[in-house]
Amino acid sequence: MFQTLEELKKELGNKILSIKEHSPKRFYVEVKPEDVPEFIRFLFDKKGARLSIVSGVDVREGIEILYHMTFDREGKIITVRTLVPKPFPEIESLANFLPAANWIEREIYDLLGVKFRGHPDFRRLLLSDDWPEGVYPLRRKEP
Amino acid sequence: MRTVIPIGPYHPLQEEAEFFQLVVEGEKVVDIDVRLSYMHRGIEYLAQSKTYDQVVFLVERICGICSNSHPIAFCQAVEDLAAIEVPPRGLYLRTVVAELERLHSHLLWLGLAGHFIGYDTVFRWAWRYREPVLDLFEKITGNRNHYAMMRIGGVRRDIREEDRGEILRALDQLTPIVQMFTNAVLDDPVIAARLKGVGVLKPEDARLYCAVGPTARASGLEIDVRRDHPYAAYDKIPWKVITQPEGDVFAKAVVRLLEMIESINIIRHCVENLPAGDVYTEIREIPPGEGIGHAEAPRGEVFHYVRSDGSNFPQRVKIRAPSYMNVPTFKATVIGGTISDATITLAAVDPCYCCTERMMVKEVKTGKPCLRGEDLLRLSREKTARLRALYPSTLDKFFS
Repeated sequence: MFQTLEELKKELGNKILSIKEHSPKRFYVEVKPEDVPEFIRFLFDKKGARLSIVSGVDVREGIEILYHMTFDREGKIITVRTLVPKPFPEIESLANFLPAANWIEREIYDLLGVKFRGHPDFRRLLLSDDWPEGVYPLRRKEP
Repeated sequence: MRTVIPIGPYHPLQEEAEFFQLVVEGEKVVDIDVRLSYMHRGIEYLAQSKTYDQVVFLVERICGICSNSHPIAFCQAVEDLAAIEVPPRGLYLRTVVAELERLHSHLLWLGLAGHFIGYDTVFRWAWRYREPVLDLFEKITGNRNHYAMMRIGGVRRDIREEDRGEILRALDQLTPIVQMFTNAVLDDPVIAARLKGVGVLKPEDARLYCAVGPTARASGLEIDVRRDHPYAAYDKIPWKVITQPEGDVFAKAVVRLLEMIESINIIRHCVENLPAGDVYTEIREIPPGEGIGHAEAPRGEVFHYVRSDGSNFPQRVKIRAPSYMNVPTFKATVIGGTISDATITLAAVDPCYCCTERMMVKEVKTGKPCLRGEDLLRLSREKTARLRALYPSTLDKFFS
């Protein structure tokens, strides 16, 4: 069993919605959107994880955001998963304490329209300046 | 007085367009801003309308230089999703192609880095020795670039038994050359004077920006996906992770140079100890679920996240190239340096050097260009020339 995951359960266990062990190297931890910064801070500051990337997926219920935290010493990845509701998805930004999240949060805003509250430099990253507001290329096409 | 230097966004020589804005006071850089995605091709979106087999070819087109790293990461993500085992021979062949790619990519970087500091001897020799590596690629995969070697479950082609001797001979010829070349660059006092202490990325910054690959390893962070999250055959081969504590441009060059020698040894070990058997597992269908695959590209960790709904097409593919994490470290390295060092500091991460071709210094008030790309390149080269007059260059002796 993965030691860090056990400590995560002990420290923030009451805030975990579910844990999935996909394989001995891959874990998915589901949390509420408002608890994400606390989990990432714990994993990054205290446990020495590296933020590999954040990915957003448009699912029927909302926008799923996955924070892939890589543990290089242990050779494992914990993915913190959260669901932000549509039509105006919003979540706290991590870029203030984790510069590595700066670009990807801007990218997710561009492509999926998730607003990151408190981002220090919330501008477009990928789409061109004349791209229309409110059109998000990676959103599902509603029938 | 503050001036803004726009670099980019278009340049004819490189595969990608980026737009940097350097804010300078006199010679000193005080701020930097980056805009990118002039070449955004919507590959993540496109991948949703391709079958899994087609996506392998699609992600191969993300980059012409590390065109093996993206397929390997994608295939591993799907293999993680569907719990597919790759046969040992396939794993060894994956390692061979991945290391050849590192070899040619590092040689390419070294040549361009030399070019930008006005050391065209380094440029010419590095690219000359890159050719036999590309020939090896042609022998093994049939292509000099875009090898089309990876498939979900293994690799597409096998190495012919009669080719093995020739590959080993080519590696034997390459070893002393790379070794000598490495020593020549490492011992050269001009290169040391030009690159040491320039564009330093401190270890704590490297960690905050989550830098990966040689950029992180040159700042003393001992991370390497090949060792930390073993894939392909890296856990069955003796090799070591190269790190340097200094974090400057010279350290990044050292890491890449020494990694080349490791790469040659890894390839030789793989070709000599190639296990028998199949090179791939047949895949019938991909179940619903999600998977993560990552691999160590020449520039650092490539990361792929794949989600499946059980159909032939992936529901979502998230791709993260290493430069995505390494480019933002410019904020920590370029600021505080001089303009003549900015070119090589930007190039040290190995993103796209030819941005510098398009560099231009503008007076903020008048908007009139006062320094162009050629001038910046000239500044960088003049600094090297000044140093060359001070120190006797061992490199010139070596190549004369």
